[in-house]
Amino acid sequence: MMDMHLQTMTELAAGLEKGDFSSVELTQTLLDRVAALDDRLNAFVTVTAAEALLAAARADAARAAGNVGALNGLPIIHKDIFCTRGVKTTCGSKMLNNFISPYDATVVEKLAAAGAVVLGKSNMDEFAMGSSNETSFFGPVRNPWDLECSPGGSSGGSSASVAARFAPAATGTDTGGSIRQPAALTGTVGIKPTYGRVSRYGMIAFASSLDQAGVITRSSEDAARVLGVMAGFDERDSTSIDHPVPDYLATIGDSIKGLRVGIVRQHFDAGLDEQTGARVKAAIAVIESLGATTVEVDLPNIDLSVPTYYVVAPAECSSNLSRFDGVRFGHRAENAEDLLDLYCRSRGEGFGDEVKRRIMTGAYVLSAGYYDAYYLKAQQVRQLIADDFKKAFADVDVIAGPTAPSPAFKLGDKVDDPIQMYLNDIYTIGANLAGLPAISVPCGFVNDMPVGLHLVGPHFGEEVLLRCGHQYQQQTEWHKACPEAFQ
Amino acid sequence: MSAAWEVVIGLEIHAQLATKSKIFSGSPTAYGAEPNTQANLVDLGYPGVLPVLNKEVVRMATMFGLAIGATVARRSVFARKNYFYPDLPKGYQISQLELPIVEHGELFITDANGNEKRIGVTRAHLEEDAGKSIHEGLDASSGIDLNRAGTPLLEIVSEPDLRSAKEAVAYMKKIHTIVRYLGISDGNMQEGSFRCDANVSVRPMGQEELGTRAELKNLNSFRYIEKAINIEVERQIDLIEDGGKVVQETRLYDSDRDETRSMRSKEEANDYRYFPDPDLLPVEISEEFIEAVRATMPELPAAKEARFVDEYSLKGDDAGILTASRPLADYFEAVIAATDAPSQIAANWVIGDLAGALNRDGLDIEDVKISADELAGLVNRIHDNTISGKIAKQVFEAMWEGEGSADDVIEARGLKQITDSSAIEAVVDKVIADNPGQVAEYQAGKDKLIGFFVGKVMQETKGQANPGQVNQILKDKLQS
Amino acid sequence: MSLDKEQVHHIALLARLKLSDAEYAESVEKLSRIVDFVDQLSQADTTGVVPMAHPLDAAQRLRPDVVTETDNRDRYQENAPAVVDGLYLVPKVIE
Repeated sequence: MMDMHLQTMTELAAGLEKGDFSSVELTQTLLDRVAALDDRLNAFVTVTAAEALLAAARADAARAAGNVGALNGLPIIHKDIFCTRGVKTTCGSKMLNNFISPYDATVVEKLAAAGAVVLGKSNMDEFAMGSSNETSFFGPVRNPWDLECSPGGSSGGSSASVAARFAPAATGTDTGGSIRQPAALTGTVGIKPTYGRVSRYGMIAFASSLDQAGVITRSSEDAARVLGVMAGFDERDSTSIDHPVPDYLATIGDSIKGLRVGIVRQHFDAGLDEQTGARVKAAIAVIESLGATTVEVDLPNIDLSVPTYYVVAPAECSSNLSRFDGVRFGHRAENAEDLLDLYCRSRGEGFGDEVKRRIMTGAYVLSAGYYDAYYLKAQQVRQLIADDFKKAFADVDVIAGPTAPSPAFKLGDKVDDPIQMYLNDIYTIGANLAGLPAISVPCGFVNDMPVGLHLVGPHFGEEVLLRCGHQYQQQTEWHKACPEAFQ
Repeated sequence: MSAAWEVVIGLEIHAQLATKSKIFSGSPTAYGAEPNTQANLVDLGYPGVLPVLNKEVVRMATMFGLAIGATVARRSVFARKNYFYPDLPKGYQISQLELPIVEHGELFITDANGNEKRIGVTRAHLEEDAGKSIHEGLDASSGIDLNRAGTPLLEIVSEPDLRSAKEAVAYMKKIHTIVRYLGISDGNMQEGSFRCDANVSVRPMGQEELGTRAELKNLNSFRYIEKAINIEVERQIDLIEDGGKVVQETRLYDSDRDETRSMRSKEEANDYRYFPDPDLLPVEISEEFIEAVRATMPELPAAKEARFVDEYSLKGDDAGILTASRPLADYFEAVIAATDAPSQIAANWVIGDLAGALNRDGLDIEDVKISADELAGLVNRIHDNTISGKIAKQVFEAMWEGEGSADDVIEARGLKQITDSSAIEAVVDKVIADNPGQVAEYQAGKDKLIGFFVGKVMQETKGQANPGQVNQILKDKLQS
Repeated sequence: MSLDKEQVHHIALLARLKLSDAEYAESVEKLSRIVDFVDQLSQADTTGVVPMAHPLDAAQRLRPDVVTETDNRDRYQENAPAVVDGLYLVPKVIE
């Protein structure tokens, strides 16, 4: 088969089932692509070719024996934030450049149990802190649509890989938009589920009350397929929710007639690139043409979501990253004079600039004298934002808007201006603050660069997001476009 | 100590909860394992791992709350206390700050004047213990053992209601008794499962405002607590009387030099940046849960003491002594259940010879060499006049040495008391006949000589004659 | 600048981060911009609003008191930079 790499997971699953090709053949084909093309993208930190081929052979044997998991023999990539037993797990940091995880994350376990074949670990912003993939210790990832541009972040290695047809799916994590924004910037689908829907166990924490694992694919249908495997209760994660996982694929073909779509006025104001806005409006028109109705909704406090996030997330990260002290694992400074020197230099050397900045911001907003003005205040505003969403979802089923304010920007463009970088997540952060599920679906191009339609649902509303995304993709071809250099 | 100064003490007691596994992980909590063999990924603070709360610690804290008449919070919250230290793997300790699981309790101690005094318990909260650092034999390094990291602790914080080192010790002993009664802590101070920090300050007598306090860290024996507090009080008074000022700081008691000294290392950047732990949700406790715990509450020391006084009519402090530990009280009650003798006799034996023998051999009541049933057997033989109290001591020692039951020993050694009046009369007659001089003196009015005759009779009977009968028969015969 | 160099020094010490002189200068400038940016929060009227610590309104689940793991020290210490006799080494801690 010449075009295995161009197929979606659903198509590949059918091909494997029919015996058109084996998982070993498929895996080898994709590994060859990675070997040949990833120099241009830098999407991988680690390629696990031998393990992948072994897993593929096992999947083929299982299929021959009649035991077939939901993702049997299908290749995926893990963001390098997920702990993978016996495999280097770096989180994009020098701090963990030498770290071999002794255990598997729950997500990794579940996908392996379903028969998925892991090609490797994808590059990412260091500790998932970034929106451009430029904070990675392993260098920036490039956007397959334009190698001068960022693929978004922090799951930029995952989004670039899926866009470049290295794999039909890659896991990601989303703390403020880190799945959806890179998906939008690379013309892929990215879903961040409800907080607590997917276990965080084994996912290296950035901001525990915001982090949630999800997946980047090329179609909503594939996202449904993978999410169905990833989701579910995990007794090792106190914040995972014991709530049944619906069969997302079973309802994905259902009509969206009568769906009430909320439009947030603030999402189309001055901050949004005009052409991007036009593509998003056109996409909403397509959804209306399928029988949905639109309603204007008000999220009065949404403008404060970015500053709220930049208090809450750094506060949690400053504490979460304290465990990296050079004692039990990770980078350790040489010839430390004393304990303080060991700590300060191991951390000073092991963390990059953006991570240090966020740790310091977090230490500051939690410190004596500033806690009430920043941390407590941010938690209160977070409540207001969550309440706004709750009110809005009394009247609508989903909220639609742009995923990012503009198409992919050039690497280096925003790296010196943290605030400009932070504002890239202006439309996505609200869902994290409120713990809501959200999806980005490709909805066109601006100057040959992809842009995304963002849909937010109520708690545990993944099903409606996937269905809406799928129905939209049935009407459009944007997700089928492949970057020229990667056909 | 100058009478012009009032001492104010508050205690923070750390009681290790007697769970099988750690507070947030499935590692074992057993003491004394090889370094780091009981530290799993959660205890080590590995990247990506998460805490899940042990149900048993919630039950134990609830039980403690009920025992001290406290409010058990229907909703409590875990917070992170952030600081860097090698024995703290995550760089933060999971503890409770604003919403602890237990608040507003109280208990009563006896003060220096013998009066009952109420001591308020501000709060008790759950937290994880740290590991430990080992400094010996590693040259320029310290070694870190994280076996203890994540062991559940209940931190019990008193009001500053204590006014002397003695009161502090009395309060701590009360808490010690309670947690052991409840079975929620083994209270082992050598192993560090029960230790305290003391906040100590002094103020001029009559002054309302509290003086500046120093915190004495890691006091792990009742003796050290008393010594450390007294030394610190002296230091503070001397300091103030010399025109100095007490600085708020953490101090360590050095038992070798018998002094407290400042721990400056703990002071630097003392900003813990507490915030609610996002990895854990609020702990919610239902009324049903609290009632279920209440239903399993054992009788507590104060109630037991009152009942012992009431039910067994014990004299003086005996009830208090017998209820100081639950196994001792249980032992006593088992003796009572197996004998018809007056309870006071049983009490005397438990408090006297039994406690003495345990103390002499360095044993706990759990390791006692004479079972309650066996001791009851001995008490029965005293009560039915088979042996005298004096002989009983001999029998007790033999039983302790493993020579069998009271009856076995009495039989084997031929210690059975002579209660046959004619046998005693025969001996008395012989003693009177052998000592005509003393008889004459006695009859001339030297009553004190009765002791001489009793001694002679007991000598002749090898101590086995019933002393009451001997007395009576002697008096009768000497008067005639 | 809403933060000065001394404050940044204090924060860096709290966070145990050694910064070069250049990093200090940059941190003062960038952290000040971040703090100015998040200062917008002060505009919000949050009177009586309960702070939201968590996106889900749920209670902590409790696990049974069961030992689930035995000794895996050797495997876990493969990542440790300095270990002697099973102890993690740090420069001598003086008290």
